[in-house]
Amino acid sequence: MINYSYTSLIPLLPLAAFVVLGLWGKKYLSKIAGIIGTLILLAITILSFITAYQYFFIEGKANDVYQPIIAFDYTWLRFTDNLSINMGIILDPISVMMLVVVSFVSLMVHIFSLGYMKGEERFATYYAFLSLFTFSMLGLVLSTNIFQIYIFWELVGVSSYLLIGFYYDKPSAVAASKKAFIVTRFADLGFLTGILILAFHAETLDFQILIQRLTDPLSPQYFSVAAASLFGVSVLTWGLTLIFIGGAGKSAMFPLHIWLPDAMEGPAPVSALIHAATMVVAGVYLVARLFPVFSFDGIALDIVAYAGAFSALFAAIIACTQTDIKRVLAYSTMSQIGYMMFALGVAREGGENSLGFTASMFHLFTHAFFKSLLFLCAGAIIHLVHSNDMKDMGGLRKLMPITHVCFLIACFAITGIPPFAGFFSKEEILTAAYNSNKLIYFISLFTSALTAFYMFRLYFSLFWNKEPHAHYTHHGEGTMTMKLPLIILAVCTVIAGFIHFGSFVSSDGKTLETHLDIIFSITPVALAVIAIWFASSLYMKANERPAKIATAFSAFYQAAYKKFYIDEIYLFITKKILFNLIGKPAAWIDKNIVDGLMNLIAAVTAKISLLIKGLQSGRVQGYALYFFGGIAGLAVVFIYWWK
Amino acid sequence: MNHILFLSTALFFIGMFGLFTRRNLITILMSVELMLNSVNINFVAFNKYLYPEQLNGIFFTIFIITIAAAEAAVAIAIIINLYRNHNSIDVESAEEMKW
Amino acid sequence: MSASAIIFYIIAVFILVTGLLAVTTRKIFRSAIWLLFSLVGIAGLFFWMDVEFIAAVQIAVYAGGIVVLIIFSIFLTQQAGNEMQKSRISRRIFSVLSAVFGFALSYSLISQYTFTPASDKPLNIEVSNIGTQLLSTTDHGYILPFEVISILLLAAMIGCIVIAMKSKTVTNE
Repeated sequence: MINYSYTSLIPLLPLAAFVVLGLWGKKYLSKIAGIIGTLILLAITILSFITAYQYFFIEGKANDVYQPIIAFDYTWLRFTDNLSINMGIILDPISVMMLVVVSFVSLMVHIFSLGYMKGEERFATYYAFLSLFTFSMLGLVLSTNIFQIYIFWELVGVSSYLLIGFYYDKPSAVAASKKAFIVTRFADLGFLTGILILAFHAETLDFQILIQRLTDPLSPQYFSVAAASLFGVSVLTWGLTLIFIGGAGKSAMFPLHIWLPDAMEGPAPVSALIHAATMVVAGVYLVARLFPVFSFDGIALDIVAYAGAFSALFAAIIACTQTDIKRVLAYSTMSQIGYMMFALGVAREGGENSLGFTASMFHLFTHAFFKSLLFLCAGAIIHLVHSNDMKDMGGLRKLMPITHVCFLIACFAITGIPPFAGFFSKEEILTAAYNSNKLIYFISLFTSALTAFYMFRLYFSLFWNKEPHAHYTHHGEGTMTMKLPLIILAVCTVIAGFIHFGSFVSSDGKTLETHLDIIFSITPVALAVIAIWFASSLYMKANERPAKIATAFSAFYQAAYKKFYIDEIYLFITKKILFNLIGKPAAWIDKNIVDGLMNLIAAVTAKISLLIKGLQSGRVQGYALYFFGGIAGLAVVFIYWWK
Repeated sequence: MNHILFLSTALFFIGMFGLFTRRNLITILMSVELMLNSVNINFVAFNKYLYPEQLNGIFFTIFIITIAAAEAAVAIAIIINLYRNHNSIDVESAEEMKW
Repeated sequence: MSASAIIFYIIAVFILVTGLLAVTTRKIFRSAIWLLFSLVGIAGLFFWMDVEFIAAVQIAVYAGGIVVLIIFSIFLTQQAGNEMQKSRISRRIFSVLSAVFGFALSYSLISQYTFTPASDKPLNIEVSNIGTQLLSTTDHGYILPFEVISILLLAAMIGCIVIAMKSKTVTNE
């Protein structure tokens, strides 16, 4: 039994970095803050790789199954003998995989930020927040206890708020960070309710025990949770759906997706870390963690699947019309996470049916690499051009060769062109969908064609289309610290696809054999190539065709451009309905009735005191008179009345 | 005996009426002297008519007269002090304890 | 109606009338003089009650000392000839009412009680008795109150001087 207690350093080192940089960074360490942050992350990444190596290769399998290992468990709050909130570290295939992903991508972002954020006044604060986020995310993936994951969930939300609103003097950034926090917090209401429901019935908060109890049809807890029902739907489904709502908020599924495009107000490396690779996949991770319970209750998984599929399609349509490059990438992220969600949704526990689980995790793994690569390239481009809008860019392939190549590799990966990483993971997802639910399969096929179209629309508009403006050349492509992560991530994007993921991650720990069916995979690849050709014909050289197509579909185009008016609907609901119907009467009651009552009491007291203060005139003679009057009265009372 | 008590009670309440009504500090002092004298009459009357063997009432009367003298002296001193501060001996002008 | 009763009524009426005038007159000097007459009347009452010693003390201390003191202070603090102000009507009415009510209450209580003398012997006061009893320490001795009152007189004297003294800051301003 190998000693895994060094894994507790993995989340704790970034926490230490946060404390040190937060307290003393601005004053004393501002020049070397970046170096400190990056070195600590380098240490963690090495530790994560060692952990992964140990877990997968040296520890290996026992009985053909990867055993989950509790490296650390501490009872923090004990409610009853059986129910307590523990803080612990669990190592099982998905958590170790997430460890590797989170620490590696965070390291790349730290290195990139050394160049991107250079000259920023609040440099140390930025690195402190990045370390806080890394700590929170690592704590989230290593949680043994559903309440612990909730705690770190909220911490991740806080770090995201701090990082999106990093440029706090821009009102749009402040509004975006508030929006992100409020929407995810609202979703977390559902999450907490779901936790309470499940914990109440399963009488435990620990993941392993909870899964064990709720997936055993003979256990008393399963009986209690399946028997109780509300509106005809069993409480188990309610609990799982509520937990999924929490995950949907964090992962920007429809209709809780509104915060993700606005969150692009943060710096580009932040978007690469949080909104591409790590935080937004927290919802997927949550469903994967509770997958055995989800798959026991088919209704909840169906909800997951349809929500994911719809979000994927929805986001892909909107992405075809957006002009801000980071917004395009944001919607692309939403679409890809939709893929991961519905892949989980079509999977069932055990054997061949669980291909969706492995595929989803594989796609999470590869998506982290190529999406963060895309965002970092976007960051490099924005750094050069000083604008986010596609219309200001064009012909950049001459100015930024390395960025060009990396961006192209990432685009190939996301559209699923072999032999890049995205091809393998997308193939597995499409296979899983085909085997379970044909409707979702066709939706995902159409969406992957759209993905190819809008990604290459972006690529061609950035790097071909027009000639670059002359004044761009003064900057240069960026320092070595900005180019190095791009190159490393591009290399990973190329080779990550060849990992046989099924031998590491699967829903029950056993090896899952995945085949590559050439005939089957021709369809999506062919569709992708056609879409790429279509995009090139529209955007490779500047011409009139995009404008003509836009006017041909004008109503639909307008709706897609305005993101299908979802934001306006939310604004309408909150302003007209919530504020007027609930807010205003409540404010009126508070001001007039509650405050009025207090004021009335005060006024009455003041009036009474005004009336009787004349009694205290300061004239002793008057006092003598009252004194005698009192004595006479008391004398009468005591002598004649009271016996 | 009852008549003497009638007299002393009436004198007491005449003094009290003066205490409540008069505005001048010195006249208030005079009213207080009237009240003390009524008490003296009371003591002597009780002693003479109810307890002729003892002299307690007479002694009390002597003591009361003595104390009244001392008290009058102190009261005059206070009046003089108040007169210096307020420049009048109207009792309504000493209003420092007002709200 | 025996002669002593008639004398008693005359003296009583005198006392009450002068007392009433003392508290109601508007000129302050006249008020002091009416007070003097009232005190002298009370001394007469004491003479009628055969307690000559008290009567003598009354005249000597009260009429001769306190009223003189009062007259001094009148001269010290204001013009003796001025008219004093009247207090408010409401105050006067309330005072009359309360005095009358108090008197009625007290006298009703007193009149209901029958006072029985403890013995029939007449009151015998010799001044020498008063003197020895004042200084004796055995029962019925009043030596302790005597000493206390002498200390009280001392304290009152010192207190008056201190209160009435002009403080240095007042004179120098």
